Amino acid sequence: MIRLKTPLSKNDVKTLKAGDQVLISGRIYTARDQAHARLKDEKNLAINLEGSVIYYVGPTPEKPGYIIGSSGPTSSYRMDELAVPLMEKGVVAMIGKGERSDAFIEAMQKHRAVYFMATGGAGALLASKIKSSRVVMYDDLDAEAVRELEVEDFPCYVAYDIHGGNLFKHD
Amino acid sequence: MRKILKATISKKVEEALITMNHTLKDNFVARLKKAQAEENSALAKSIINDVLHNQDIAKEGVFPLCQDTGMVVVFADVGYEVMIEGNLEDAINEGAANAYVRGFLRKSVVAHPFKRENTKTNTPIIYHERRVEGNKIHLKIAAKGAGSENMSRVFMLKPTEGEAGVIDAVIKTVREAGGRACPPITVGVGLGGNLEKSALLAKEALFRDLDDTHDDPTIATLEKTLYEKLNETGVGPMGVGGKTTCLAVKINTFPMHIASLPVAVNIQCHASRHTEVTL
Repeated sequence: MIRLKTPLSKNDVKTLKAGDQVLISGRIYTARDQAHARLKDEKNLAINLEGSVIYYVGPTPEKPGYIIGSSGPTSSYRMDELAVPLMEKGVVAMIGKGERSDAFIEAMQKHRAVYFMATGGAGALLASKIKSSRVVMYDDLDAEAVRELEVEDFPCYVAYDIHGGNLFKHD
Repeated sequence: MRKILKATISKKVEEALITMNHTLKDNFVARLKKAQAEENSALAKSIINDVLHNQDIAKEGVFPLCQDTGMVVVFADVGYEVMIEGNLEDAINEGAANAYVRGFLRKSVVAHPFKRENTKTNTPIIYHERRVEGNKIHLKIAAKGAGSENMSRVFMLKPTEGEAGVIDAVIKTVREAGGRACPPITVGVGLGGNLEKSALLAKEALFRDLDDTHDDPTIATLEKTLYEKLNETGVGPMGVGGKTTCLAVKINTFPMHIASLPVAVNIQCHASRHTEVTL
């Protein structure tokens, strides 16, 4: 088990290998389809993407007295093309679920970024690792708004590393 | 004629949707535990452990099993001797809206393919009604997430492709879905009918009990064959590799045109949310 603290350094990313189990702590940002479509051309970025981690999630509404609702990953492939301009802006890690395109993997390696998988459908478990949550951009997108999350020991698996390792290739 | 109040129907639907979004059925949990014990890979075991741990937290009723609390699909079998005040579909929509708004479930429905404004109530539901004998209403209610739904496919095979063609189509769909469909999956297969009928058969097959056996021995054997072959693909839990790609394959059939062999493959992720209610 590898413990990581955000923002991630280039060295953090370099040491990770596909199949490693990691626990991430610190600040991460959420964004899915619609937020990505807006962020790529955003002139008034309210968040610092340098060394940042983007989590592909649209949580359920939080119940009164709770920080957030169920918060598991959505399928990452829908963000494959839209993730590239964000890596150009400094994003070094993405958390989602499932396989992604070869073009994405190539771009990810070029930008020395890493792709983590969180267990899909484990939204209740993953919510318990989120210590604070606030919407920082695109409030109108509801569940798809950009949130700043503070996470503690958020469990992920390294899916694609910068050395060509691939969690989904196991034949 | 038996009269059923609209409010009674709405309330039942609301309760069913809230409960199903927080609880995995016992036989799913049992199969997952068995699969975890049988997996050789540490990664596969760890993923199944996450899924099991997750449903333990969810059943306390605060956090839904998955943040994708789905789009609601209902098959309604309505007895000829039932009288409902007003419109049954409206009553079910109202119950669904109440579940998602009052139950803190995610509203995942947008009204227009391109404008994509959220309807804010998770409605409309997708509704299929049949008239049947009797004085009851039987509702099959699913909350279907998009992760596995997006990986589902329909194939219009040539009749001479036969059973081998069906097997290839199902395996191809599951392989291409990979980890994106959130395996361990359940696979609903619709065999026969036409384009839309096959899809409906596949969707309804997902309501079958995980432990049941098909009445037709040929189909029962095909279900078993597909189950074994899918678990030999090596896709594994969340696509990380392993022996557990699917928990069950359920095939429903219907007569078809002499020129057709439609095959619909509807994938269900491990957070299977299906329930039945009789009123």
